[in-house]
Amino acid sequence: MNIHLIAFIVLGILAIASAIGTIATKHPIYSAMSLIVHFFALSALYLTLQSPFVAVLQILVYAGAIMVLVVFVIMLLNLNEDEKQTIRIQSRNSFGIVLAAIFFIMIVTFIMSNPLNQPNSTNVYNLFTAQSLGSVLFTKDLVAFEIVGILLLSAIVGAIVMAKKKLIN
Amino acid sequence: MNEILWISLEALIKAIIILSLLLLSAAISVYLERKLSAWIQLRIGPNRVGPFGLLQPIVDVVKLIMKEDIVPNGANKFLHGLAPVISLAVAIMVWAVIPVADPIKIGDHIIQMGISPNADIGILFILAMTSVGVYGIALAGWSSNNKYSLLGGLRSSAQMISYELSMGLAILSIILISGSFSLSDIVNQQFSHWGGFRWNIFIQPLGFLIFLTTAFAETNRAPFDLPEAEQELVSGYNTEYSGMRFGMFFLAEYANMATSSAIITLLYLGGWTLPFAPSAIGLEQGTWILGLVQFVIFAIKIYLLVMFFIWVRWTVPRFRYDQLMRLGWKVLLPLALLNLILTSFGVLFINH
Repeated sequence: MNIHLIAFIVLGILAIASAIGTIATKHPIYSAMSLIVHFFALSALYLTLQSPFVAVLQILVYAGAIMVLVVFVIMLLNLNEDEKQTIRIQSRNSFGIVLAAIFFIMIVTFIMSNPLNQPNSTNVYNLFTAQSLGSVLFTKDLVAFEIVGILLLSAIVGAIVMAKKKLIN
Repeated sequence: MNEILWISLEALIKAIIILSLLLLSAAISVYLERKLSAWIQLRIGPNRVGPFGLLQPIVDVVKLIMKEDIVPNGANKFLHGLAPVISLAVAIMVWAVIPVADPIKIGDHIIQMGISPNADIGILFILAMTSVGVYGIALAGWSSNNKYSLLGGLRSSAQMISYELSMGLAILSIILISGSFSLSDIVNQQFSHWGGFRWNIFIQPLGFLIFLTTAFAETNRAPFDLPEAEQELVSGYNTEYSGMRFGMFFLAEYANMATSSAIITLLYLGGWTLPFAPSAIGLEQGTWILGLVQFVIFAIKIYLLVMFFIWVRWTVPRFRYDQLMRLGWKVLLPLALLNLILTSFGVLFINH
């Protein structure tokens, strides 16, 4: 058995188990914690694919910034027992099932149409360094990059406007 | 397969050495803190256990281990137990990428001084770990089921998130100058110009000040120790902790102080180098003696900074919370941005 395969199996199981834990646990803070574990497992998977830069960004952005805010909100809301009961809407449930089925079929067809092999790790290493990602972002995909920046800025401004409105009322 | 085994073994041995050194340094820092604070307040300080009270930290640890471990009623037991572990683990994990000296040669083997000092992502890894460290304190505050703990935890998370930005921008300026994320490269870059004296503190004085301030805030030390402001919050996020669980928070705080000092030393103060070539005092590149000397230099620089941390704690009064937020967002962040822009212009100008 080679070490890559062992690492892949262990981390894959961890990633899938924590992803299931995220949606299966009732308590929101446990959901958040399993999602954090999931991000760490994903990041370790990137490391086995020789992309340390992507791996560390995964932790820095998702586990370090976004999930901190999510945990923050959960703590501030401090849900008690009756509020934790989820309201089940039948139509939304069935819509979710249809969506999940479509997504599942997409993944299956994608996997079936491609031969199953790991990417060549030496190529990957040069693809995902800070330098190569930076040069792609600032030359080829510059327009998309700037548009994403404006989108995020408008989201922040929107959030501030909505929060202010609440304060006045 | 055999090769992987050897690499793992080497990493394990290095990890054990670094871990024991870190714990030892935490013990020394605790002693220093007590002794220095005593001198600043015209007291004597610990002087009963051993010569000059030197064995005080050991007695402290024994006391903490023997104490009863109390979990408050209504606390979330799992998270209450997990929180100090996260805090301590994050403080230790950072040392995976911190180099302590130049690599040494034994026979044909080149041994890196550090667990993985050549990692391409060194400084980013440190940033990622510090941002994960928020969970330890936030979860401790939340799981204790105590309003003071919760307020302490929330304050600390808000503070760490706010100051992380300026810290990241200050680090970005350093990365621009050195052109690498690796800490070894950053140190070598400082050593290879101006006869070994181009320490980043001289070309990045503003960045150094910003980084120093944010380092105080990130370690929750005075004057930014609002998460554990005694007069307002009893003891903040660790109010409901006792015994060794409290000890782990305590240990994490001092380990974090040593870590921050190490990072400041590596980024701004030339790391383990002195401003002349090691051959000038008869030490050859790659020998283990040079490695040892460099490690001692590194440790001395770290301890001078740790003493500075302690000095500031016992002389500067605490900020008010609104002052803290204003300083973080309205002073440090614009200054850090300005510093980044000036640095990028400088780097462009020199490279063309």
